[in-house]
Amino acid sequence: MTPSETLANPGYIQISGLRKTFGEPGAGGVLALREIDCTIEKGSFVSVVGPSGCGKSTLLRIVAGLLPPSAGSVVMDGQAIAGTRRDVGMVFQSSILLPWRTILDNVMLPAEVLGLDMRVARARAMDLLQLVRLEGFEHKLPRQLSGGMQQRASIARALLHDPKVLLMDEPFGALDAMTREQMNLELQRIWMESGKTVILITHSIPEAIFLGDVVFVMTPRPGALHRVIRVDLPRPRGMDVMGSAAFNAAAQEIRELFSHIGSYD
Amino acid sequence: MMANTPDSLASPIVPAAAQAPRKRALSRRSRSVLLLIVLLAAWEFGTRFFNVPKFLLPPLSDVLMALYRGLAASPFAKDGLWLHTFITLSEIVLGFLAGSAIGLMLAIVISESEMLDDLLRPYIAALQSLPKVAIAPIIVTWLGFGLGSKVAIVCLITFFPVLVTSIAGFKAVDIDRIDLMRSLSATRWQIFAKVKFPGALPYIFAGLDMAAAFSVVGAIVGEFVGAQAGLGVLILQMEAQLDTAGSFSVFVVLSLLGIVLTAILRAIRLRLLSWMPRDESQGPVST
Repeated sequence: MTPSETLANPGYIQISGLRKTFGEPGAGGVLALREIDCTIEKGSFVSVVGPSGCGKSTLLRIVAGLLPPSAGSVVMDGQAIAGTRRDVGMVFQSSILLPWRTILDNVMLPAEVLGLDMRVARARAMDLLQLVRLEGFEHKLPRQLSGGMQQRASIARALLHDPKVLLMDEPFGALDAMTREQMNLELQRIWMESGKTVILITHSIPEAIFLGDVVFVMTPRPGALHRVIRVDLPRPRGMDVMGSAAFNAAAQEIRELFSHIGSYD
Repeated sequence: MMANTPDSLASPIVPAAAQAPRKRALSRRSRSVLLLIVLLAAWEFGTRFFNVPKFLLPPLSDVLMALYRGLAASPFAKDGLWLHTFITLSEIVLGFLAGSAIGLMLAIVISESEMLDDLLRPYIAALQSLPKVAIAPIIVTWLGFGLGSKVAIVCLITFFPVLVTSIAGFKAVDIDRIDLMRSLSATRWQIFAKVKFPGALPYIFAGLDMAAAFSVVGAIVGEFVGAQAGLGVLILQMEAQLDTAGSFSVFVVLSLLGIVLTAILRAIRLRLLSWMPRDESQGPVST
């Protein structure tokens, strides 16, 4: 998508001229993001890949409202982002489940914080736990669950307050390869059933292509959007799609981009 | 194929230790009991055999007699154990509760305010290194011989460990959890109540444990310095009369007091920290 195409089709999330500097601008500061312009369609799944330190997490945090941009804006559903919002749910690299709460109480945390109706929230939490296939574990403590299960619980938590947008910062990074593949399938299923708009940050090119409708490829720091690649593989995608020609072509394209911009790691 | 395996190789080799773990556990406990019995017997017969003067080291039976007399006395008798135990217990409990509450509240305020933290840190460090028993005499001068001065001493002794460990606990909060709460637009109070405070509990309890141990010492030393009643006073009175058996009986009561208080604290801790992995619930840990 070229910048002019972006302006012609204001999407659900519109990022314009986004720039972020940490510290003092100029000599002392670190330019993390330079001039990000892009559009995200409602209900789409966007994967963001890029080398370490390219600012993908920073970008996600700005969209989440956790960090203010130094310049530019993010407009979501017609409203500019000016802080954290209820229509956003976030999944972090570690599950960050509170160890003194049961899984159910952990999933219900957003309802407590946002002051939602607890009875409704409880029913919804139970449904979500079923969605992420954790039924039966509601009253367990986090330490009794495996890493993959904890991450699934944190996904359920992120969905509790029914956000329209789900932001995921390398959620499967800490999991082993097999669990990771399973989680990819799960996430695709959850996304297809819930219809949310998802932005997923990942280090894994196969994961990005498998899950995404669109892959944003970022340059090394200071991060910019180098290329937006559409993934036109039909849904639902099974693991077998990773052997297909189209998949490999996309993966090859991305790898070439990385080596071209000097960042393959 | 197990066709022609000789019998000696057919059954798996079990290390000797694995075969009799139960036996060993039992005998370990009964070994302790045995040791206790041996020591008590040595005490009883040793003191009698060597005719040790009774005011130096009375025989066990004399101590048990004194203990019996003290417990058999009326609850209000000045020479019985009940009255003094009750007074010392009150001093410990009131002082401990007050010191813990004040320490905890100040820790909350300090951990939430960088300015106050910077301002107060040197004073806390300075006062912490001052042994509180050294100021016991002046507190007795200020507050008199009654319950108040002892409660104040115990309060001071409890305050510092609880304050310091609680501040450490609030500060040791996992930054990811703060991010999580912020992403949910949580207020400062919500972050404190739902994340910081529960996460700090292991640290707070470490402080409470220390304070509990010091509290008993503090109450007794306070009573040594100036009091009208209490187990410390009883010890002094008995020593003055060379009633060493009586003093020993008071030591027994004091030990029991310490054991009971620690057990109560441990029970509360187990309840509140039941979510922690078993072997780690005894000390502050990154959760």
